[in-house]
Amino acid sequence: MREPLIYEISSPGRMGVTLPECDVEPAPLPEAFLRQDLDLPEVSEVDLVRHYVRLSQLNHGVDKGFYPLGSCTMKYNPKVNEDAARLPGFVHTHPYQDPCTVQANLFVLFHLQAFLQEISGFERVSLQPAAGAHGEFAGVLMIRAYHQLRGDFARRRMLIPDSAHGTNPASTTMSGYETIEIVSDERGNVSLDALRPHCDETVAGLMLTNPNTLGLFDEHVLQIAELVHGCGGLLYGDGANLNAIMGVAKPAELGFDVMHFNLHKTFSTPHGGGGPGAGPVGANDKLAPFLPGPVVVRERAEDDEGSEEELYRYLLAMPESSIGRLKAFYGNFGVCLKAYTYIRMLGAAGLREASENAVLNANYVLSRLKDVYPLPYDRTCMHEFVLSGRLPDAPGVHTLDIAKRLMDFGFHPPTVYFPLIVDEALMIEPTETESKETLDAFVEAMIQIAQEAKENPELLHSAPHVTPVSRLDEVRAARDKVLQCLRG
Amino acid sequence: MPYVPNTEADRAAMLEAIGAGDVADLFRDVPEAVRFPELDLPAPVSEWEALRELKELSEYNVDLEHAPCFLGAGAYRHFVPSVVNHVIGRSEFYTAYTPYQPEISQGTLQSIFEYQSMICALTGMDAANASHYDGATALAEAVVMAINVGRGKRRKVLISAGVHPEYRAVVRTYTQGFDLTIAGDDGDTLDPAALVELVGSDTACVVVQNPDFLGYLQEPAQLQALAQATHEAGALLVVCADPISLGLFVPPGDYGADIVCGEGQALGGGLSFGGPYLGYFACRERYVHKMAGRIVGQTVDQQGQRGFVLTLSAREQHIRRERATSNICSNEALMALAAAVYLTALGKTGLRKVAELCYHKAHYAAQRLATLPGYALRGQGTFFQEFPLKCPRPVQEINDYLLSEWGIIGGYDLARDYPQFADTMLVCATEVTTQDEIDMLVEALQDMEEAA
Repeated sequence: MREPLIYEISSPGRMGVTLPECDVEPAPLPEAFLRQDLDLPEVSEVDLVRHYVRLSQLNHGVDKGFYPLGSCTMKYNPKVNEDAARLPGFVHTHPYQDPCTVQANLFVLFHLQAFLQEISGFERVSLQPAAGAHGEFAGVLMIRAYHQLRGDFARRRMLIPDSAHGTNPASTTMSGYETIEIVSDERGNVSLDALRPHCDETVAGLMLTNPNTLGLFDEHVLQIAELVHGCGGLLYGDGANLNAIMGVAKPAELGFDVMHFNLHKTFSTPHGGGGPGAGPVGANDKLAPFLPGPVVVRERAEDDEGSEEELYRYLLAMPESSIGRLKAFYGNFGVCLKAYTYIRMLGAAGLREASENAVLNANYVLSRLKDVYPLPYDRTCMHEFVLSGRLPDAPGVHTLDIAKRLMDFGFHPPTVYFPLIVDEALMIEPTETESKETLDAFVEAMIQIAQEAKENPELLHSAPHVTPVSRLDEVRAARDKVLQCLRG
Repeated sequence: MPYVPNTEADRAAMLEAIGAGDVADLFRDVPEAVRFPELDLPAPVSEWEALRELKELSEYNVDLEHAPCFLGAGAYRHFVPSVVNHVIGRSEFYTAYTPYQPEISQGTLQSIFEYQSMICALTGMDAANASHYDGATALAEAVVMAINVGRGKRRKVLISAGVHPEYRAVVRTYTQGFDLTIAGDDGDTLDPAALVELVGSDTACVVVQNPDFLGYLQEPAQLQALAQATHEAGALLVVCADPISLGLFVPPGDYGADIVCGEGQALGGGLSFGGPYLGYFACRERYVHKMAGRIVGQTVDQQGQRGFVLTLSAREQHIRRERATSNICSNEALMALAAAVYLTALGKTGLRKVAELCYHKAHYAAQRLATLPGYALRGQGTFFQEFPLKCPRPVQEINDYLLSEWGIIGGYDLARDYPQFADTMLVCATEVTTQDEIDMLVEALQDMEEAA
């Protein structure tokens, strides 16, 4: 089905909202400053609503069906979180209000910092970063600032396993560092033999995702930390996969010095079609002074003398050797509110249960699919696992075909062609919020698709068949560069 | 257990299929010494208790539904039409992620394509991306992009002191690993024309904000001259602009900007204590391949039917890794959707009308406040919805009085960032500031002086 562009249903003179009349004496407008035209659509409210409702119906979301997009933790987003973040007392506050008038906001942020500190074992957390990659960038800048403050300017190399997310090397470049890739071993861990020769006085640190992007817990994590620390480097944790280990292990106790969290993955805030997320960063005592700021601190209120209950005043403060601000204001407050609500509702036992069920669900799907699709690393997985779409008896079929065919069954495909170290990768993350029935239905679809690949590969090559559009010509999009509808 | 559908029976069946005796067996790769730590978190609460707790907590705030507010300074109170939150509240939009699979993401993709089109219309640029985290990070990415356009050889960035102080701080945070010279914002002047003398062959870009942090608009002719000098030196002109102001005033594309970016919160976003907001970003066609972030392009499917995809991905971290234009992955897509719905609801006449209302309210406030003894408008020229007001005493003192005696949230204290603006309040009025509120502010200040 084809939905017209909003500009195509525009008609001069229409408007989708009413505005108040001016209640003050109008001032003369400065003629030389005024623009001549403005090409925005003109539609009525009903046309606007229908346009966007119809567009929404062309989307697949978690609320519509299973979304096992590996590494993205597409778990169900509880509705109460949405209500909490829309409470008027929170929403209608300005970031520059006097702190004494926004104590509730600062209370929530302070306690979310404390919750994340407890879950991760880190000394301090800053909620400033707006997304995972933003938190990663903060972490690398903190590592850099730490070395610089010690006068150690020779450390310019960041060690990054070949299974890492692309954001790791990209954040490294943005921090002025050089990336050194470290290969993985045959069990999917960082190869200690490959790592050892790189550990010298030029190493700033190593960025480790654990569980890694193969969905495997790196069995060498303690040795990696020892090697990196032994040569004077620091260990960065990419917290993208924290959903596997809440209440299972504290990253600080595994040897990490600094790590980011993805509130939009682990702590159930919705992904918004691409964002907003939030990427808080936590650090041990070595790196905490370098955290981006401001962060929220508290002090005993003066009028607390003699009172039974402890009263606090919450304040904004810059960590003493902070790398600085990473965005305006204090982080994605609305997203933080949702994560705070989630942690309040689950508590310690609930968080551990979430991780346990995420890992159970992943291993269950793995156990049912590993004889159907090649499994390059046959180990107990964490919250996700990676198969290969290269089926031995269907040579013409690719992972992309399998992914597109899955849409015909009402499922969002897994992450495809990542991690790069697996040929034709299919990265599957079921999450804990899916029932066994859903997982079984997905497994059955995957089994059927493997069968079709062998018997009727054309069915896969021409998939998807029931979606609003069929396969799109991406090469043409990149060549034609039609990036807006007002010209060309 | 909330949000986990597995029953005991399900778990037992699944463990059997796996061949494990216990869920704990699945975690044997985790070093035993640190496995299963106790977490000291508050006891869990039910949904009703959580909501009640948060609602009670939220009422400790002084919120702007209950207090007149004259704060702006980069975060603006505007009317948000009901359609905006109804559209972004559709979970088909908000429970999806980045549209990697276009066949089941046309809703997100087409709405971003339309958003990109509207941002181009507003700014006068050729192409826009799908969003950055906020105005400050959009500006920082603009600076990084300009360095890359200059192939890393131009190491100087000129930035006007009229650019939001926090944005300038973020530019410095982003570029601390690059060994750049950032200059232009250390003197007393906020006049972007002063940057002309500093432009040279080592300059990557010149960054100005319009209207500037004090609310003043630069004359288009003056900015045109700055653009010309910038281009003659081979550098780019980056303009940070309030999008509501672009409903009324000359778009930066008309006076020679190469990159236009800024804070899109005003477009249907609400205040939300500083986030999530929306960094909008647009540039000239010839720099598209250097742009960061997601970009949506039009194409066709196998039947020749129009459709949309993420395009030019070879710029991005998941393809290019350490050679990517940026590390950005998640962005602010839902806020971009809010902006698109807002701009659609208002349309060309509505946006202009909102901008005019802001302009008239701010001018009414300025004219009334400037007549108070001891108070005066600082600076000359044309302002939009904010202006600096010289006060007879420290702004903090005035704001404390306004809040405690009148329940009014006063303006921004410019002395926080600009030593030359001691006792100067940045006062903001928008279309939702009523004449009554402005008159009340005037009366309150009068009262304060009489009592003093």
